[in-house]
Amino acid sequence: MLRDVTFGQYYPSNSFVHKMDARVKLVLVLLYMVGIFFIVSFVGFAFITVLLLTVILVSRVPLKSVLKSIRGIIFLLFLTALLNVFFNKGDTLLWSWWKIEIYQEGLIFAAKMLLRLTYLVIGSSILTLTTTPVDLTHAVESLLKPLRIIKFPVHEFALIMSLTLSFIPSLIEETDRIIRAQKARGADFDTGGLIKRAKAFVPILIPLLVGGFRRAEELANAMNSRCYEGATKRTQMRVMKLGWRDAVATIFVLLFFATIFVVYGMQGNWGAISWLNWLYF
Amino acid sequence: MIIKLDNVSYYYKAYNDDGTVGQAMGVEGVSLEIEQGSFVALVGHNGCGKSTLAKLLNGLLIPQNGVVSVNGLDTAVKENIFEIRKTVGMVFQNPDNQMVASIVEEDVAFGPENLGVPQAEIVERVYGALEQVGMAEYAKRSPHRLSGGQKQRIAIAGALAIRPQVLVLDESTAMLDPLGRREVLQVAHKLNKAGMTVILITHFMEEVLDCDKVVVMNGGHVVKTGTPNEIFDDERLLEEVGLKPPRAVALAKKLAGAGFAVTANCSDAHKLGGEVCQQLTKK
Repeated sequence: MLRDVTFGQYYPSNSFVHKMDARVKLVLVLLYMVGIFFIVSFVGFAFITVLLLTVILVSRVPLKSVLKSIRGIIFLLFLTALLNVFFNKGDTLLWSWWKIEIYQEGLIFAAKMLLRLTYLVIGSSILTLTTTPVDLTHAVESLLKPLRIIKFPVHEFALIMSLTLSFIPSLIEETDRIIRAQKARGADFDTGGLIKRAKAFVPILIPLLVGGFRRAEELANAMNSRCYEGATKRTQMRVMKLGWRDAVATIFVLLFFATIFVVYGMQGNWGAISWLNWLYF
Repeated sequence: MIIKLDNVSYYYKAYNDDGTVGQAMGVEGVSLEIEQGSFVALVGHNGCGKSTLAKLLNGLLIPQNGVVSVNGLDTAVKENIFEIRKTVGMVFQNPDNQMVASIVEEDVAFGPENLGVPQAEIVERVYGALEQVGMAEYAKRSPHRLSGGQKQRIAIAGALAIRPQVLVLDESTAMLDPLGRREVLQVAHKLNKAGMTVILITHFMEEVLDCDKVVVMNGGHVVKTGTPNEIFDDERLLEEVGLKPPRAVALAKKLAGAGFAVTANCSDAHKLGGEVCQQLTKK
């Protein structure tokens, strides 16, 4: 299960999306995340599904890899949905027992929330699948540059981010190794109550933590040996250039969201035009 | 003389059982000279101080006694450190713990980026270095999916991109399988032929065969310095420090001792095999 977390796992390819500037991708994904909360109808979600599928197709990342990113949080998704089913009251009571009441509105709301969160994760994992952590770091560094004025350590922040991301796979591997080693010595992670199981994880966490410190020290030595001295006079190999792809993608996404916002407005959320209310389900 | 150690000692802080702070010896009274362009092997058992010595060579550790100088620059002087690390490249044991980036070329670029090299030259250095270790085709890949030997070659490329004069391999072969070990050694010898000074730290005696000079360490001291053959001949010393000569050498010696006409210090298993075959056909 530990291996299924695809966050920070780059899928190498040479596609249109891969070749885009990471800064543009980052900004567009942020825009997408905001935009998703303005989608209120199932037709809107169908619309966004088309967008996502197009992007995935263009990025040449297998759909399986993209969907893997949800697997890790599937429990969280359904828990959120379940809570929304029970706690949203409406007019059309479908089913009730004791103090539990389920309304049609609650079901619809929960379904939409589920979709929204799923699409949020899928969107951001498309970013991490098509952008190397290093590129992403460069993008964050570049976008945060203005903060240098208020003495925010932009370079250090970006480096910490990049190191964290590049260490995730080896930490996962190490966790797996420790679990196997403890199992081989008779550790039991699968039976017993919650507390017993939680206790069983202590022998995993401690070696992992100790190993983490050892790793950090070795990494610090390796970085020092390669003349690392902080941000001063540092140059970068990667030049970030905006290209035609970025323009095309930006226009594409902006058009898309213009549509969403217009529809949102027409549904009466921003004004009185409500003749398109059928879109609202 | 590119690196010179003069009566160098380094002690680690150690905590005693009663909680007081004591000292644990790293290395003591080590004097050593490394010639430019030579291939030096540093051998010894675990805990003999060879990794401490390696870290003293580029100023990761500063000796408490004695002087380490690289190209005449004292490692204890803070202003020299940058220049020293540009001169002495270092590759460590665990390839996973020295990768700073998750794309090969970005990782190799880390050194030159730190030096403030202009962008176009970084690209040139990165691809040059990857070419030297035979990993150019993996430039855009993620290092996690590569074999140990390949990862370690990338780590070497990362050091090479700084354009050092000395390459220190601090047990860089210890975690590798035989194939990976051979890959790394081949690269090291190739670089040495092109003029690089190589310091190989290892506990595999097979790896010291083709070196110019072998330094044997035990308990924090240098106990013997000599050519590989001189070291292999000193059986009492090897036993004392817990090392064994390479199998081919040991076999050749036994055969020669039993009166067979084989080269007594034959280190090449294939050559020895040939000689044995010749002997057999004669009889």
